[in-house]
Amino acid sequence: MLVDRWRTALTASGRPVTVLVLLGILLAMVTALFMTYDLKGSLDFALELRGRKVGGMLLVGFAVAYSSVLLHTITNNRILTPSLMGFDALFVLIQTAAAFFFGTLAFLSLDVRLRFGIEVGIMLAFAAVLYRLLFGGENRDLFLLVLAGIITGTVFTSLTALIMRVLDPNEFMTLQDLLFANFSTVNRELLLVSAAAVVAIVVATRPLLAQLDAVAIGREHAINLGVNHQAVVRRCLAAIAVLVSVSTALVGPVAFLGLLVSNMAYQLTGTFRHRYTPAAAGMIAAIALIGGQFLLQELFASVVRLSVIISFIGGIYFILLLLREAGR
Amino acid sequence: MIELAGVTKRYGPNTVVDGVSLTIPGGGVTALIGPNGAGKSTLLSMIGRLLPMDGGEIRVDGLDVSRTASDVLARKLSILRQENQVAVRLTVRELVEFGRFPYSRGRLTAEDRTRVEEAIDFLELAEFAARPLNRLSGGQRQRAFIAMVLCQDTDYVLLDEPLNNLDMRHASQTMGLIRRFATELNKTIVIVLHDVNFASYHADRVVAMKDGEIVADGAPGEIITAPWMAEIFDLEVPVHAYADRPVAAYFAIG
Repeated sequence: MLVDRWRTALTASGRPVTVLVLLGILLAMVTALFMTYDLKGSLDFALELRGRKVGGMLLVGFAVAYSSVLLHTITNNRILTPSLMGFDALFVLIQTAAAFFFGTLAFLSLDVRLRFGIEVGIMLAFAAVLYRLLFGGENRDLFLLVLAGIITGTVFTSLTALIMRVLDPNEFMTLQDLLFANFSTVNRELLLVSAAAVVAIVVATRPLLAQLDAVAIGREHAINLGVNHQAVVRRCLAAIAVLVSVSTALVGPVAFLGLLVSNMAYQLTGTFRHRYTPAAAGMIAAIALIGGQFLLQELFASVVRLSVIISFIGGIYFILLLLREAGR
Repeated sequence: MIELAGVTKRYGPNTVVDGVSLTIPGGGVTALIGPNGAGKSTLLSMIGRLLPMDGGEIRVDGLDVSRTASDVLARKLSILRQENQVAVRLTVRELVEFGRFPYSRGRLTAEDRTRVEEAIDFLELAEFAARPLNRLSGGQRQRAFIAMVLCQDTDYVLLDEPLNNLDMRHASQTMGLIRRFATELNKTIVIVLHDVNFASYHADRVVAMKDGEIVADGAPGEIITAPWMAEIFDLEVPVHAYADRPVAAYFAIG
């Protein structure tokens, strides 16, 4: 009886489970390679340093992947990403504005937890405004959504650029270090705070996963099936705000990574079910980040930034996706 | 029983549904007819809580639809809208399985699986069950959605023009099935119909709307008449009797 049930469960979900297991093995291999390759000098020091990097990349990978999957589901569109909607541009703007008004010294000497808390608070407020504007009314036009996102993103980026121009050069240098996607230095305390935030989000969104499957087939179907659509969308936007804060605070904006890994996850697992897609997308992201960072460090002697390569590949993939959608 | 009291919907300065009050007792097929833009679909969407109201109250078996938890309502009432697109790739069986969502939240029990197979058989979809929805014809897809609603197994079923885009054979078969829902499974059906003649043959009661208000309400024989058709649709239509039912011969004029 139990064996039968296991068997039907396995055949019904065979492919996604296989994909998850394979991704898990691959991730473990890449991580082991990254941690142990060419260890020199003090073992403790090297392992601690590399461990911190791996931890950062795991967190960033999962945060970017999960936030993209959530946004895809609540907008019923697989091309939008939080990055496209201006989420990470806002986070950068918050940091830049803080540096401008209070100085980087005051900003950086603030307790990490407090600083991160304030940043997340502002991000959540933005998510609430976005919800009002985009999901509050009855005319939820997707094109409007995309346009509004691109425009808000551009506004945030332009404001950031403006503030940077009037910033004191020394402050500017410090800020640059803080903002640009950089996987080789990860602040230890920030790592802990981020890990706590990600765990909290996973715990808080776990009960939503089944409902998200219904949301994925469309708003009206979801309501008909008894999902409190508004509440689910609101919670997802809040989760996205926190996840984007985590990834941007740790390494800066990584455009297109979310788009790339979430769509790869849908294709590899062959399903939209949220039991599988966030985990798959998160592992693909972590493999790409850790593997990519390893290759860059060891083979290309860190002459290129990983985020540049990701943006390059992701950008091409984005265009391909657009062309495929247009061809339908 | 579905009770509507003073139900109103406005879009800016336009009042689309204007203080509609209506009581639909349990059982039978109630057809909503009327010209385009009369507010039929809007009214149906409000009963199915897909659209918030600007005024009034709707109760289904005493449950206020704007206050009752959505998952409680999902076991009481189901609604199928006109445009049925699904945003993701689903097979017929996966879609029908979603009909069990209000009961099992995506973890199907043995009973759920039996219900799913029954619904697939009832709608004669067995040979397409493993096929993705986007590779079905319009008629087959419509039947798949009706199977999902059947699987949801609610006392009240709201259908918004389910015969749209169906050819003669599929339209009559689908309407026959909907009639069987009411007769054999004892469901209460509220259905928006474009073609008054389907209402004439299959509905127990016809409610006519025009400009956001109910203008006529009664048995098909009382409403499908030349004077009422002229009043509701602003069109002189000859109405004949065929097999004891009125038939509006609208396709013969113009």
